[in-house]
Amino acid sequence: MTMAPLELTQEMDVPKIALKGVKKFFGPKVVLDGIDLDVQRGESIVIIGGSGTGKSVLLKSILGIIQPDAGTIRIDGQDTTHIGGRERERAMAKFGMLFQGAALFDSLPVWENVAFGLIQGQRMARGEAKERAVATLGAVGLGPDVANLFPSELSGGMQKRVGLARAICTRPEIIFFDEPTTGLDPIMADVINDLIVKCVKDLGATALSITHDMASARKIADRIAMLYKGRLIWVGPVSAIDDSGNPYVDQFIHGRAEGPIQMQIRAF
Amino acid sequence: MQRLHAGPAWVHCDTPYMAPPRPSPSTLTEDTPLSSDGLGSGKEKAKFMNFLSAIGRATLTFMEAAGHLALFTFTALAHCLRPPFYFRHIGRQMVEIGFYSLPVVGLTAVFTGMVLALQSYSGFSRFSAESAIATVVVLSITRELGPVLAGLMVAGRIGAAMAAELGTMRVTEQVDALTTLSTNPYKYLVVPRLIAGTTMLPILVLVADIIGVFGGYLVAVYRLGFNASSYINNTWQYLEFMDVVSGLVKAACFGFVISLMGCYHGYNSRGGAQGVGAATTNAVVSASILILVLNYLLTGIFFS
Repeated sequence: MTMAPLELTQEMDVPKIALKGVKKFFGPKVVLDGIDLDVQRGESIVIIGGSGTGKSVLLKSILGIIQPDAGTIRIDGQDTTHIGGRERERAMAKFGMLFQGAALFDSLPVWENVAFGLIQGQRMARGEAKERAVATLGAVGLGPDVANLFPSELSGGMQKRVGLARAICTRPEIIFFDEPTTGLDPIMADVINDLIVKCVKDLGATALSITHDMASARKIADRIAMLYKGRLIWVGPVSAIDDSGNPYVDQFIHGRAEGPIQMQIRAF
Repeated sequence: MQRLHAGPAWVHCDTPYMAPPRPSPSTLTEDTPLSSDGLGSGKEKAKFMNFLSAIGRATLTFMEAAGHLALFTFTALAHCLRPPFYFRHIGRQMVEIGFYSLPVVGLTAVFTGMVLALQSYSGFSRFSAESAIATVVVLSITRELGPVLAGLMVAGRIGAAMAAELGTMRVTEQVDALTTLSTNPYKYLVVPRLIAGTTMLPILVLVADIIGVFGGYLVAVYRLGFNASSYINNTWQYLEFMDVVSGLVKAACFGFVISLMGCYHGYNSRGGAQGVGAATTNAVVSASILILVLNYLLTGIFFS
């Protein structure tokens, strides 16, 4: 198992996200089996892994939607594993997330979706929030005419863009991307990848993505971690992914059917 | 014994209860000799334990669901009292529940009133008590039929809509998205619906009362040939304030139950389209049954 480059860990004292021994069980099934991971400020880390290896559960544990059964999760050094109520809401204010299916609120027009965090979370006046939303839509390449449409009127790629705009509109410090390119054509996938790289750089945010699209992972990652059977079996810089020397990683990045990885049948 | 272990994991906890080998009398006949470990005839015992474990499973499932619902209710009520309040959403739900249910509830009420007048006429005319029809109609409508029928209609209309909407939001991760946008889904989704349901149903029922009595009036005056002013006079004569109020209190409880069931089943739905469908069914069925049960309990309270 390759660890993170040593100089990177020494440079910054407190990692943005620090996971230590995170475990999660669903009944008798072990979903996360002791995850240790430090994500530095401004770093973009991509977690790869097949379906059903616990990627989403890991992401939701960091977000606080799922409570891990053991281990600690620290954000900026603060233990957020079991906090609730107002403290949780305060921690949430640092987060932005792009969901796999965009998860736009279909009862609200596009601009209200984008401005949701500003209006509901930060209690900003609606007029001001709308201006910010239209500006953010511009940043992801959507014109102001899109603002008054409803999410159901948009194509999948456009919905992803709106989801991205919603994730970055509150200027979060940490952005999560849940399979950002799944279900998109290669060109639109590349557009989304470019937007992710640009937005993360512009905000100076820390990014944590999960994906099984290697093209996407290579493009947006500084570091790649591979999750298999609830464990991180390989962590390293994106440049080292091709000669990781790990048979699991090799099988995954080349998409081979034969190899040490057996297909998971159940979701959890 | 084998079949026992085919159940879910927790069924295994039944095994210790079998440890002290006390075969039931029925298994102690001469042709069922005790096995060497003293456990008695395996087949019959397994059947019996299967039966017991089925009861246990059902009980545990029920207790778990009841506890889950109680927690949900408690959390939702706690959020009703703490800011921030989403007045815009409360207003929207009030319009959805109160205003858009008016046609359905109104139609139900007017036909119920009309049928009630006809039926009580065919009954009361047998002992020349036609003058009581007005009173029977107004008491039945305000005390009983107004709240229950309006409640059942709204359960079908609103409970299903709530469960389907929240269920879809759940399975498309919109509920999780709310959390990541620093918005508590209970406050944003559940509280407005609970408040709107509890406040709007009494108003709906008040309207339904008036329309229902009017339906009875129409039939009595234009079909059965009653004198209009004496019918109205009879209607008012024996009507007490408490008759209407008890109906409205019932309505508030029903409104709360409808919203609670819609939100609870929608919020906890799982597994895609089928899960949302099941949530919708469960919301309507459980709300309807709870309305009928609560109706009896509340009537019992007001009766005493």
